[in-house]
Formats: sequence, C-alpha cells, structure tokens
Amino acid sequence: MSSSPAKTKPTARRFRFNWVDGFLWFIRVAALIAIVVGITGSVQNYIAGEGLTAVQWRDLVISSTSTGLMYGLIALGYSMVYGVLGFINFAHGEVFMAGSMVGFIAATLLFENGFWDANPFAAVLFVLIISMMTSTIVAVLVERIAYKPLRNSPRLIPLITSIGVSFFLQYAFAGLFGVASQSYPPAPGALGEDVIIFGIPIQGTKVLVFVVAMVSMVGLWYFVTRTKSGRAMRAVAEDKEIAGLMGIDVDRTIVVTFAVGGAMAGVAGLLWALLFRVVDFQTGFLPGLKAFTAAVLGGIGNLPGAMLGGVLLGLFEGVGPLLVLGGLGIPAVSQLKDAVAFAALFLVLIFRPSGLLGERLGSEDRA
Amino acid sequence: MKDFAFTRRLGLIAGITMSFTAAIGMIENFNKRVLVEPFILMGYVVLLGVPILVGLISARGRPNPLEKPIRDSRAGAVSGLIAGLFAGLVTSVFVLIVDTFDMTQFFPNMRPAMVEIMTFGFGVPIGLLVLILVTGVAGSLGGFIFGQSDSVRRGIGQATIWVLGFALFEGVVNDILEIDPVLDVIYAPNGGLLPWSAVVIGAVAWWLSGRFQGKSKILVEKVQKADKWSGIRWGTYLLGVVVLLLPLFVLGGIVNELLINVAFFVLLGLGLNIVVGYAGLLDLGYVAFFAVGAYGIAVLTSPLSGTINPEFSWWVALPIVMALAALAGLVVGTPVLKMRGDYLAIVTLGFGEIVRILLLSDWLTPIFGGAQGVRQIPGIPFFGTEISGIDPQYFIYFTLFFVAIAAYISYRAEGSRVGRSWAAMREDEDVAEATGISTIQAKLLAFVTGAIVASFAGALFAAKVGVIFTNSFDVLVSIIILVVVIVGGMGSIPGVAVGAFVLIGILGGPKSQGLLAEFAQYKLLIYGALLVFMMLKRPEGLLPSVRRSRELHLEELEQDAWLDKGGDFGNDEVEATT
Amino acid sequence: MPLLDIVGLKKAFGGVQALGGVDFHIDDGEIVSVIGPNGAGKTSFFNVISGLYPSDEGDIIFDGDNLAHHLPNEITRRGIARTFQNVRLFPNLTVLENVMVGQHCRTRAGMLGAILQTKKQRAEEKMTEEKAKEILSFFGTRLAGYRFDQPAFALSYANRRRLEIARAMATEPRLLLLDEPTAGMNPKETIELTEQIGKLRDERGLTVIVISHEMKVVEDVSDRVVVLDHGVKIAEGHYDYVAANEDVIEAYLGRPAEKPDDE
Repeated sequence: MSSSPAKTKPTARRFRFNWVDGFLWFIRVAALIAIVVGITGSVQNYIAGEGLTAVQWRDLVISSTSTGLMYGLIALGYSMVYGVLGFINFAHGEVFMAGSMVGFIAATLLFENGFWDANPFAAVLFVLIISMMTSTIVAVLVERIAYKPLRNSPRLIPLITSIGVSFFLQYAFAGLFGVASQSYPPAPGALGEDVIIFGIPIQGTKVLVFVVAMVSMVGLWYFVTRTKSGRAMRAVAEDKEIAGLMGIDVDRTIVVTFAVGGAMAGVAGLLWALLFRVVDFQTGFLPGLKAFTAAVLGGIGNLPGAMLGGVLLGLFEGVGPLLVLGGLGIPAVSQLKDAVAFAALFLVLIFRPSGLLGERLGSEDRA
Repeated sequence: MKDFAFTRRLGLIAGITMSFTAAIGMIENFNKRVLVEPFILMGYVVLLGVPILVGLISARGRPNPLEKPIRDSRAGAVSGLIAGLFAGLVTSVFVLIVDTFDMTQFFPNMRPAMVEIMTFGFGVPIGLLVLILVTGVAGSLGGFIFGQSDSVRRGIGQATIWVLGFALFEGVVNDILEIDPVLDVIYAPNGGLLPWSAVVIGAVAWWLSGRFQGKSKILVEKVQKADKWSGIRWGTYLLGVVVLLLPLFVLGGIVNELLINVAFFVLLGLGLNIVVGYAGLLDLGYVAFFAVGAYGIAVLTSPLSGTINPEFSWWVALPIVMALAALAGLVVGTPVLKMRGDYLAIVTLGFGEIVRILLLSDWLTPIFGGAQGVRQIPGIPFFGTEISGIDPQYFIYFTLFFVAIAAYISYRAEGSRVGRSWAAMREDEDVAEATGISTIQAKLLAFVTGAIVASFAGALFAAKVGVIFTNSFDVLVSIIILVVVIVGGMGSIPGVAVGAFVLIGILGGPKSQGLLAEFAQYKLLIYGALLVFMMLKRPEGLLPSVRRSRELHLEELEQDAWLDKGGDFGNDEVEATT
Repeated sequence: MPLLDIVGLKKAFGGVQALGGVDFHIDDGEIVSVIGPNGAGKTSFFNVISGLYPSDEGDIIFDGDNLAHHLPNEITRRGIARTFQNVRLFPNLTVLENVMVGQHCRTRAGMLGAILQTKKQRAEEKMTEEKAKEILSFFGTRLAGYRFDQPAFALSYANRRRLEIARAMATEPRLLLLDEPTAGMNPKETIELTEQIGKLRDERGLTVIVISHEMKVVEDVSDRVVVLDHGVKIAEGHYDYVAANEDVIEAYLGRPAEKPDDE
C-alpha cells in the first residue's frame, strides 16, 4: 500500500531545468532569431532593389541544389557505413576524390583522341564507369586492410584509423598525381549548353547531375529493398550478431556495403568533375565532411534522408550566407560558406539530433 | 617450402610498396642525398629496405606467440630470397610499364629518370633483371639476418642505427661538434659519410652493443634505487643540468628552432592528452584553442591590432587569454556534452574550422586582420629585454617552462579525484554517472583545462613569430597533434613527449621541417600511414600508460580472466592470475 | 514516513509499457525484494528510480524530496545507489580505484586542489583511500591486501559482484538497489552474500531493495516481497503470503489448462 506522506512536493515537472539545457535553448532561440532577422533583411533588400535579382536567386538555388545532390550521393556512403558498422568513415571523402582523379585520366585521354566531343554520352558513361570502379575498389581495399581487423575495437579506434586512411589517401594521390589541380575537359556536346526546362535555362551538366542522382537513388532503393544483398545489408545494420546467426554472411555484406557506398561516391566524383572542372588531392576533404553533415541532417542510417539532407545542405550553404547573413549586414558572406555548412551540422544536432527523417541504427548503437 | 603463400603475399606487398614509393617520386628525391659515399644513397636505402624487412618477416613466418621463433639462417635466407624475388618481379613489371607508356601527363613522377634509378642505371631490359636480382639478394639478406643469433642481430641492428644516424643527422652533428677538422674526417665534402668512417662507426657500435647489453637497464635501476643525496643521484642531476644548458651554449640556431617546434607540440600534445587521453573526448578542433591563445595575445599586445588595441605586455595579457580560452572551452564543451564519440569529433572539427574561417573573414578583419594577419607582436618582456623567436636559444626556456607546468598539471590531475572521475567516465560513462560523478562537470573540466594549456602554446607562439596568419591554425594542426598523442601514447605524459620528438623533430610539423628535411613532402603521407599502422598493431602508442595497454588488449586478457556475459559460474577458490 | 515512496510510476519504451503505474514504498531499515517473471519491468524499475531513464509519469519521493527527472549523479548524491544486473565495473581500474570512485560524490577536491596539493586535498585523498579499504574489508579477505591493486577485470565472477556492491557502498547511500546480486554464484557464495545483505542493514544501517530470481534468497533476506508482472504490481506482502498467492503463481507458471466441461 502506498501511503500519502504528509509533506510531498507536487508531481515533478516534465522538464527539469539545468543550465546546460538552458544554454542550448539560448542557442536555439538565438539561431532562430538570427535566421528570421536575416531573411527579413534580405527580403527588404530585394524589395528595395538591392542585392541579388530574382534571376540570380533562382540560379543560385539551382546550382546549390545540384551541389546538394552530389553531397547526397556521397552522404549515402557515410550513412550506409554508419548504419552497418557504427562509425564514421572519415576516408569516404577520399574515395570520392579517387574516383574523380582516375576518371580524369580517362576523360583526358578520350578528349585527346576526339572521342569525348564526338560521342558525349558514351564518353561520359565510360568515364562514369571508370570513376565508379575506382571508388569501389578503393573503398573495399580500405575496408579489407584498415577496418576489418578492427571490427571489435573500442569505438574511437576505427574512427581514428579512418582519419589516418583519409590522410594517407590524400597525400598518396598528391604524390602520384602531383599537387597541382587537374582540369577536366569541358563538358562535351549538349552538356555544355543550357537546357530549357519549364522556361528556365539550366546548364546541361546540372540537368545531368539531377538525372544521374535520381537514377542512382532509384537503383539504390531497388537494391536495398528488393535484392537479397540489400536485405542482408538492412539486417546487418539492424543487428549484426543476430543477422550472422540467421545465416547471413556478415563479412561479405559489409564489403558490399562499402562497395555500394563507394560506387555512389564514384558517381558523385564524375559529376563533380564535370560541373566544377577542377579536381586535386584535397577535393574530397571538405565535401566529405559536408556530406557527413548531410547524412546526419537527414538521419544517419536513413538513405532517403541522406539524399534529402544533401540537397538541404547544398541550399543552406549556397543560399544561406547570402540570404541570412547578408540580410544581417555581414560583408563578403560567400567566404563564410563553409562555416555555414559546419554550423548547419551543429544546429541539426541541437535542434533535432536524430535528423529530419529519423535515424536507422543497429540495436547496439541506440542510446 | 613451409608457407609459400605467405611468402608470396609478402613479396607482392613489398613489390607494390616499392613501386608506390617510386611512383610518388620518393626514391628519386631521396637519392639526391648521399648517406655513405659513393653508392649508398638514401633513396636506395628506402627502396631496398623494403625487401630486407620483408625478408625478415618472411623468415619469421607466423610464429606461435608462446614459443620463441626458430632461427635458421639458411632457411631464412631462402625464404627471404623468394619473397625478395617476387617483390622484384612485381616492381620490374611496374618499371617496364612506366618505361613503355608515357604517363607523365598524369603521373609526373613516372618518368625516364625514375626508370633510370630503378634499373640502377642499366636501363630496360637488363636493368630489370638487375632489379630482380638485387631485390632478391636484399630479401635473402633480411632472412639471413633473422636466422642469426641474438648477439649478432643486436650488433647488426646497432651498427645500422648508428651509421644511419650519423649519416641522416649530419646537420645536427655539424651543429654540435663545429670542429672542422674532425668533421672533415667523418664526412665527405658534398655530404654523406666517408666509407671508411661508416665502417668504423658500424664496427664500434657492434662492439659496444655486445659489451653493454643489458647494462643500461641495470644502470637505470641503480639510479632509481640510489639514496637521495648519494653520488649517483648527484651525477644524474648534473647530467640533467648539462642537457638543459645545451641549447644555450652548444646547439646552433637551427636545432634550437627545431627544439622549440618540438616543445610546442609537446605542449599542445599534453593539452590534447587531457581531453582525449584522460577524458576520452575526441576533440578534432583543438587548434581553435591554440588560435584563441595566439590571436588573443596578438590583439592584446600588438600596436597594430585594429579596433581592439590595449597594447598590454605579454605577461598581463596572458591571464586574460587563459580566461578567454577557458570560456571557449565551456562554449565548445557544453553543446557536445550529450554527443556520441563520432559526432563529437566531427562537431569539434567543425568548430575549429568555423573559428578559422571567422578569423580569416573580411567581416572580422578590423579586429583580427583577416588575410593579412596581425603583425608586430612584441616578444616576452624579461628583465628589460624582449625575448622572441629572434633568440631561439633563450626562447626555448620559456617554452620548456610552460611545458613543465602543463606536465605537472597533467600528472597531478591524473592521480587525483579528478583523474579518477575521468578514467571512470572513459570506461563507462553511464555507470560513472550512476556512481555519482557529474559527467557534465567532468567533461567541461577536461575541455577547459585542455583549452588553457593550448592557450599557453598559442600565447608563446604569437610572441615567438611576431606575425600570425590563419593558415597556422587549420585542421591539419589539430590532426597532427592527435597523431603525436596517439603515436606517443594516449594518456601518457612521457609518451606525448616521445611522440613529439619522433614525429615533429624528425619528420617535421605541419608547417615546419624536421631534422630530415627530405621527408617534408612525404611526411603527411607517413603520418597517415603511421596512424593506421599504430591503430592496427599498437594502439596504446609507443610509450603507453599502463592503464591504456590494459584497456586496448582487453580481449586477449579476457581469455584468461573469468568473464561474465550472463551466468559464468565462477568459483571463489579459482581466481584468475593477472 | 517511508524512506522511498513511489506513486504511479509509468515508463514506456516505444510501444512497450515497461512500467504501467507502480506504487511502491519502503521504510528506513527494511529489506524488500522485488520479484517477477522475465520482462516484468524489475530492472526498468531500478533504472527509472536511479535516473538512467526519465519516468513518463509518477512521483519518486525519497526522504521527502521528489527525485523524478533528476540526473543520475544527483540521485546518487542524495543517497540512492545501485548495482547492475550484468556487473558493470570499471574494468581497467584497480579494485581500490573502483571503490574510491564511489567516494567521488562525497568529496570535494577539484582541479586546483590537485594541482596545488593543498593540505585539504591530501587529507581528503588519504581519507578516500582509507574509507575504500574499510568498505572492502566488509567482504573479509576476499577483496583485501594484494587485491587492492589488481585490475577489476582480473577478478573472479563472484568477486566482481562483491566489488560492485562495495563501489555502491562507497557512495554512502541510505538506500541500496541490488539488481540480481547473486546471479551466477554457486550455492556457497549465494549463502554468504545473502548473509551480507542482512549485515548491510544491521551493521551499516542501509535500506535495501533486492531484485532476484532465486526464491531461497528472497525468502531468507526479505522483510517484505513485491511482485511485478507486465509492469504492474500484482502482489505484496510477506514471502509466505506471496509464494502462495494465485496471481503470482499464474504469472510465473501460467494458468492450468481448462478442463473440458463434464457432460
């Protein structure tokens, strides 16, 4: 029997206040205020005829979206590996870079013998395949050599190892290719020109990015939901031990995960090179980090989330500085692009740590 | 043949490694340096070092950890030979490809000069055979050495180390000895050891290794057990004082510069060690605190520092900067309190980058100078004069002073209630919280302490260089500090020092050269590889703390101890032996 | 007034209602056992009381204060300590250090004290060590002497359980929650620990709640037994009453199959 004690405090409030939570609330509120003020400032500027024109905003949105799609493709790899193995593969950005760099060789050779301009789509497809294969091979090699032996190590160890791998790959490529930037040949044929869609002229390459990203997404969705390997992947992500007991070859599934993630990164590598034309050994570093941010933004382990996160991040960093910070009166905002991307990660983790579409983690990783 | 697949695989790996080092231009670059006149060039040493090493490993096979390895010179030589030949085969295929196809458009290092070197001047196709043969011989040499007795191997090892040491660190020897006649006897006019001096050094080292084997341990024990005021103690103290005075009187400017760099990384490493090693928080944005220290001092002391311009003296500005760093530690630490390890790493990395971008931005240029940085930072005032990087032989003592403070803080903290709470938190955060430890306080304390130590380094750095730019504060620095801590030994104060000496001193820091200037181009590559290697083979670092070795080899030890995973019916009388 | 008074405690995990409105009380100096079939919510009960998970609803009134939604370390500070079902020690700390960590919430020396090595800090360190040794002596020679410096993972299973209890004792609690303290022990060790639980109350003045599956232990040690099933309390009282209670038997063993009606 429970007694009713003479003196009792009333039922505890659902949220107990401590200064850590207070600080976090302060940041949330401050961020929201800053965003709102910034946007109104930009709107005021626009109405007053200052700042960017409507056409410029539109183009900005389009290019930010296409960059974001590429982030999304890279983010898929981060998401899958985190979902299955529970750690951030720092070196994934370099997997992306590797595909791009080796693709560069193929593209240049094709360009030099004229094939590039004569058969644009075949050429691009060929380079795409090379890029994908390279990225896949690099991703799998890294897994076999550096990550597999550490499957049972305490959590920080694989992360630190992946940092080492990331560095190694960066500077290995620097050693092989030299430190200078490599320029891809200009986008061939129709890709170099603008395509009119809904009355808006969009650069052909950007349309390609969109199309390829969508196709990849669909392909990946099919793979994950309809094929045996894809199901195995989801099972292993859910609970590695039990999946193994159910007869799934966990080791092979992990390799497949890395391979698929690598392939997606390879696609992104080719697209990036077509769009931005310039690649060097450090090309993978920042996009890699940003892609991870995108994966978290969408919900780590969640594949559609990764894509969505990528697009949103692209918009944040592309449009955000001008829209928000510009509206606040900060000069030269495009310098702060990367800072905005990092801030986005931070804000996601404060506002909605499980991401927009929710996390999909294995049982051990759930808090 | 005992384990042909193993040997073959070793050969393959060796071949790929050799080809890789050639492809990145390492061999060609290194060959510019003569180690021993006239033939022993550094590039060849690195190149052939690979098959020698592989020969050793191949001869060892896959030994049973409980038994001593079998030492058989002949079998070892054969095994090494096979591994070496295989490696040579792979490498020569690579060289052949490079010779046949012109790939310099893409791979600038794969050019005729490289082929020339790899074929030892004989060119394709004879040179390929030479390559295979030489590599095979190198491999069998490695295997042969493995089969020798302990004393022979020790002798060879010591001889190699000393000869290489004298050859590689010629600059330091020059700096210290400064007696030209002696130097002319040892070294050739264009650099490198004279052949006969190499032989002499090697022979002496071999002989000494035999005489003093085991004696060093006894000596150390004697010193440790000696009475406080006895002769031995005094001897060690005197030695310590002499070593301490070396920079002032004996060492030249270059070496002192290098030592200051090393000391900076020891300092930063000690700070990061508190955050990562003691508290287990992987902070990849640690450089931000370093920046707070440096820019803080810069803005507060320099007459040219823009809108905020109080022009304090360094000593007055230091406590202010420490407070700012502590505040920064709180600001960074609070939001990440609830984040899992991986997220913590990336978010802190993001913070570090945000700080750097802000410091560089046009927006904050009025305060921080943007791309122009901050100039005319005065040195540290000291009894009338200003000490800065212009006088490295004095500045180093300031740095050492703060290193000592940081080491002391680390040492005391670890052995105290605070250190225990960090260790508990690192082992099992939830349980530590349940045992009454406020993990919030513990984490913030770690961040703040680490930040303050970093600010020491930043303050010193600003005073030393006089001009600071944001490119001294990028992610690379954070990661290099991390590598130093991990390679040296997480959670271990001497480990951090060793890590800094070995890495920064020899290979070089992010913006500075080490003793081996040739490695400058490749040092980051080596850092990456080293990090991976350490994680795979020796995650506790070179000089680990006892606790860490236990943690990281827990699985092996768990085989022996009675472990519960639900219902292990352990008997009291049968305890595990440690 | 009871030392701990719990009213209407509810906790759900996703779709599973682990605790569906539990009322519970324990007076100072009592030893109460909580039993129930697997999945009944016993460990969740401990987890919510000790603050590992926040409750959805309900009051946890300890010594007059409502501790619901406090942080775990605050709850320990207030005087509730616990052990874990699957012994969670700090494996790489020594035996002595594990117990000394328990003293953390009762001591105050901070960073400055450590750096400056003040008299107060040194005295406190010494006291912490002595107290830890004293607590370990509660278990006789099993965790004494050379064992102090052994890393915790090297201990036998039974010693690990004892060490965990010692660590909890070091937080100087008023209420001790023991989650299956005898699981995995052999009969001799079980009897010894059962006696020691009694001593915890008699010699050290602790109030104890014990979760157990071993009815012999429950019978020997408890003043009162509380039975949970599917997150609610289904019976409460002296062991003999509870052991014979139909609902309790049904929870553990199920209902007898329906006999076909006699024609």
